[in-house]
Amino acid sequence: MSISKESLLHAYRTMKTIREFEERVHAEIMNGQIPGFTHLYTGQEANAVGVCAHLDESDTIISTHRGHGHCIAKGADVSGMMKELFGSSEGLCKGKGGSMHVADIDKGILGANGIVAGGPPISVGSALAAKIRKNGKVAVSFSGDGSVNQGTCFEAMNMAVVLQVPAVFVIENNYYSEHTHIDYAVGCNDLKARTEAFGFPVFVADGADFFAVHEAAGKAIAHARAGNGPAGVFAEQGRYHGHFVGDPQAYRGEGELENLRENHDPLKVFRQHMATSGELSEGELDAIDAEVMAEIEQSVVDAKAAARPTPEQVTADVYIQYGATA
Amino acid sequence: MRTDPDVFLMGEDVSGGAGCDGEDDAFGGAFGQYKGLVKEFGRERIIDTPITESAFIGAAGGAAATGMRPIVDLMFVDFIGVCFDQIFNQMAKFRYMFGGKSRCPAVIRFSAGGGFSAAGQHSQAMYQVMTSFPGLKVVVPSNAYDAKGLLLSAIQDDDPVLFFEPKVLYQETAEVPDEMYTIPFGQANFVREGDDVTVVAFGQMVPKAAAAIDALAAEGISCDLIDPRTTSPLDEAAILESVRATGRLVVVDEAPPRCGLTADIAGLAADKAFSSLKGPIKQVCAPHSPTPFSPELEAAYIPNADKITAAIKATLA
Repeated sequence: MSISKESLLHAYRTMKTIREFEERVHAEIMNGQIPGFTHLYTGQEANAVGVCAHLDESDTIISTHRGHGHCIAKGADVSGMMKELFGSSEGLCKGKGGSMHVADIDKGILGANGIVAGGPPISVGSALAAKIRKNGKVAVSFSGDGSVNQGTCFEAMNMAVVLQVPAVFVIENNYYSEHTHIDYAVGCNDLKARTEAFGFPVFVADGADFFAVHEAAGKAIAHARAGNGPAGVFAEQGRYHGHFVGDPQAYRGEGELENLRENHDPLKVFRQHMATSGELSEGELDAIDAEVMAEIEQSVVDAKAAARPTPEQVTADVYIQYGATA
Repeated sequence: MRTDPDVFLMGEDVSGGAGCDGEDDAFGGAFGQYKGLVKEFGRERIIDTPITESAFIGAAGGAAATGMRPIVDLMFVDFIGVCFDQIFNQMAKFRYMFGGKSRCPAVIRFSAGGGFSAAGQHSQAMYQVMTSFPGLKVVVPSNAYDAKGLLLSAIQDDDPVLFFEPKVLYQETAEVPDEMYTIPFGQANFVREGDDVTVVAFGQMVPKAAAAIDALAAEGISCDLIDPRTTSPLDEAAILESVRATGRLVVVDEAPPRCGLTADIAGLAADKAFSSLKGPIKQVCAPHSPTPFSPELEAAYIPNADKITAAIKATLA
């Protein structure tokens, strides 16, 4: 599948944006600037960007507790996200949601989610709406290797097949459900086969390689968009940080993280592809790096200066309308 | 666990490191509550599960119904949504529906409540909801000493016990005796004793209420502070005795107000001690809203000592 130069530039910029966003969030948490529980996506950038490259604004995604990368890849306002993480009333969710619930509804993002496997059933609903309206839209849910063991995920996959809705289940195997390895937690040791047993095709990709994810996701999304029912993507790629920021990661093997960063870095892999194909020059990529660094820096400056919420906002937006109706 | 081989612990990452190349005792629970247990008891009795709450909470009910004494950990009580059926429809009702012929000595531990900017899906109290189900016992300790004694009672209890640990209190340090001791269920603790107002508080609200009451001593106001410690069974007698003596009642909880514990206790007093009341009962609780993320909003959401002080003074006005 050939990819236009414009799309290549966009893909690299988006992956770099996710990387720098996450690394800066990590630093700001360590500085005590960002409250709450935060889970970083660093290292898995190619998954989100490779999938979302096939989506437009009116397709939907739903994410997980590790949601920043998915949101950025789907086009969420980065400055609004940073403000949200800082708890500002100018954040995308007005400071009500924070990292685990960041969402940009106007961009087709149904949110990060604090409940493991909370997303897939909701995504089936979005896919059902697309099927009923016959609008050709698809609904993508991102799940980790941990969340696919939840009953809600099993139920969502089965129902998507029964109803033949355009749902795409993206399974990101980062090897750990929190602090437990997939080899222990997935009893059958073959997650692809188990997922396919629900009755839809699953396309496998190296999650460190944007081009591999792009190709696999392209097939899955085309399958669903064409009205053939649900499809899956299975991508393996480790996360560079712990389950949450502050996780001591005692479960990691010796040299594991160094190996991931050295040999499984989506940004490096992308640059290697470009060096081989010559489609983008080093200078073009370096220029993007500089622009992204400046954008993230500005987003933090803006987040620190942004308005803080006031107590009367606590009870705003619980309902659209509440009380006796006329 | 040393004295009863039927007791075992199960949950997500209660040990951590299963199937991993690194350390075996890699985590020890979301707040480190179980660190080191796997080294003493092994993976036969310290059981890590996949992220499958419905299955492992349900399995605890099944193991308990067939003779074991499981302790299961749900990390955050907010995750109860995906395993709710196994708790309130299954284990809560085994004994009653089976004509009193079964027992279900399971303990489910939850971290609960706000204070960490953990937002809407990791900050709820929820014990007020679970208190409404007959068949479940509900424990909400407010300090380390009580937590140990109540937990040992819970493990020895033959009914299903839901054990709620206000998560901000994990940060407190306190001396706790090494020996085994139990605190009976349904026996409130008088944290402060006074004459003017009865204050009933739950969980993390107890130390906040104590701070408010201690500050009011300088103004010549003295209060009973009652920590029920278990919401089901509830020590109604202690609350009513105090209300009859003071004639004034303030009830404090961190959960939203509707169908909650503050209304429950207010209803108890209005029903059974109405003639002793000298003024309106005051409820201090969160507003009818999910828990917000932003620290400023959460500070406005969770009741604090100032709000408790104002409520106490309002009963005296």
